Amino acid sequence: MAVEHPVTAPSGDQTRIHNIGYRSYDGPRLGRSYATRSLYSQSLRGAYGLGRSVKSKVLPMLLFVVMCVPAAIMVAVAVATKANDLPVDYTRYAIIMQAVISLYVASQAPQSVSRDLRFKTVPLYFSRPIETADYVRAKYAALASAMFILTAAPLIVLYVGALLAKLDFADQTKGFGQGLVSVALLSLLFAGIGLVIASVTPRRGFGIAAVIAVMTISYGAVSTLQAIADAQGSGSAIPWIGLFSPVTLIDGLQSAFLGASSAFPGAVGPSNGEGVVYVLAVLGLIAASYGLLLRRYKKVGL
Amino acid sequence: MWKTGAALFDLRVTPRCPYAWSLMPRQLYGVTTGVAHVTTFDDVTVIATESLSKRFPRVTALDRLSLDVGPGVTGLVGANGAGKSTMIKILLGLSPASEGRAEVLGLDVATKGAAIRERVGYMPEHDCLPPDVSATEFVVHMARMSGLPPTAARERTADTLRHVGLYEERYRPIGGYSTGMKQRVKLAQALVHDPQLVFLDEPTNGLDPVGRDDMLGLIRRIYTDFGISVLVTSHLLGELERTCDHVVVIDGGKLLRSSSTTDFTQTTTTLAVEVTDTDEHPDGTRAVREALHARGVEVLDSTSGLPGAGHILLLTAQGEETYDVVRDVVADLGLGLVRMEQRRHHISEVFTSEDASDDQKRKEAVGHGG
Repeated sequence: MAVEHPVTAPSGDQTRIHNIGYRSYDGPRLGRSYATRSLYSQSLRGAYGLGRSVKSKVLPMLLFVVMCVPAAIMVAVAVATKANDLPVDYTRYAIIMQAVISLYVASQAPQSVSRDLRFKTVPLYFSRPIETADYVRAKYAALASAMFILTAAPLIVLYVGALLAKLDFADQTKGFGQGLVSVALLSLLFAGIGLVIASVTPRRGFGIAAVIAVMTISYGAVSTLQAIADAQGSGSAIPWIGLFSPVTLIDGLQSAFLGASSAFPGAVGPSNGEGVVYVLAVLGLIAASYGLLLRRYKKVGL
Repeated sequence: MWKTGAALFDLRVTPRCPYAWSLMPRQLYGVTTGVAHVTTFDDVTVIATESLSKRFPRVTALDRLSLDVGPGVTGLVGANGAGKSTMIKILLGLSPASEGRAEVLGLDVATKGAAIRERVGYMPEHDCLPPDVSATEFVVHMARMSGLPPTAARERTADTLRHVGLYEERYRPIGGYSTGMKQRVKLAQALVHDPQLVFLDEPTNGLDPVGRDDMLGLIRRIYTDFGISVLVTSHLLGELERTCDHVVVIDGGKLLRSSSTTDFTQTTTTLAVEVTDTDEHPDGTRAVREALHARGVEVLDSTSGLPGAGHILLLTAQGEETYDVVRDVVADLGLGLVRMEQRRHHISEVFTSEDASDDQKRKEAVGHGG
């Protein structure tokens, strides 16, 4: 309502005196890629509870701290004892902390996509310039980035600590680089799996439970089978079994190509040939997650 | 609407200063703002469809629909499952048509979907608001999703929320809002990027009578004050009669009728007359009926079962002279004239006259959501 005309607004109605009426917008409209970037940054901030309620900041921040504290302790020990190497390899750190990482993806993947489904916000996105693929890309990239922040931060702590302890620079930098590549792949893989599962259900609780189940049950089953194979002396089967859980996939891949020592029983990582299968499996899973998400959102529409 | 508006626009300088508005009569200012905006996309029809069809495996949602919708408030009326929502989806470029073509703001829906969605707002029928964020945060996010830079998004959000009537409560989480407030937030997110056209899908759903009137008033203002054309769907014809310039009725995916609301509710055809009884004429109504008949004025049988219907004469007015005839007849008989009023045709008559043949179609459409 514009400025009230004296005839139409009796003198009693003084509350709207500063109402200056509708102003149209002639400024720039930044289009699809800007909207996609906005969705990405909103989702990334949301993955750490920023811009959301205090309650939703607690878990992601807590998990972030839990990820970094052991690294800080290791660094402190290494500096104090003047050790000539860090107690844990860069590539090994994420494998040790995999429970925390699984918990994080289980809590944040549903937060990212199930909410939009549950409150039917998705049609509002698709009534705007962005396309289905833009939405999927923004959500996937945001969760993968959030996970990369979670997994790379302790590596940075380790690296900085190692430099402070005056450990061999070239050696440490190489290990740090390998670690970053490894956690980048891990972030993409975990985020993809988490989002696919979460995008199926509008119920956040189900999403959380399902992601935890897939991550931990597959890991439990695979390591049990590997242990049995090891005990029965059929060590050659161990790498093949490792293909069936996300954690062991990353473990196998990095012990084949990124100079990691395998956490598999008997410490037998996959050979280079088997390693190629691991790489293909990881890349295939990432691509499949992306494809499944696209298919899923084609159907959601309005 | 557009033609008369254009004439006015030529005669007057349109003042851009907000204080100048207050010097002009309100009604005039409403018309000129509309025109000022309309001129930016000239004489173009806002929505045009040409034998548009949408077939699903088991149901035909739209059946060779051809439409031309100009600037203004247009109502899209139909029973549930008549194809209203399907139509909006096609017009937003989100669902390909099986046949035919459609243009929105002169852009082809099949190829220019993204460009259309940048200039168009959409308010869905269902709930679409996350409960744990405030209206401000939510609408700012949606403004950015429409391509507005961060600062502009904030400013436009504050403006738009104020225009739809949300004040202090906009900082509280949406979860605690009443249905009426939620509808306003939904409307705000559709308007925040200052579109040229908005699609409002059943905006009065779930509102009480007062909330309904508020919402309808707001919809009217979207065009008269904001200069944004509106396509609003509803299954309640009476609401749209008051709000829209133009009404399109579809049923079973077919066009039943498309015309301006003044055509729908022509004011000239029927007159209702009520008179008093006197000792001389114990049944005044009957006396008038006979006298009118003698003068050659056609009196309709009042078959409506309303209370007091027997005391009201309905007659067809041929022109100005009919009023005089009624006046003279009543005066000659010495009766008191209680009322003589124009009976407007109700839009629902469009449905009652076609109902029989459409039952079949409606059955076919059942099972397809909205």
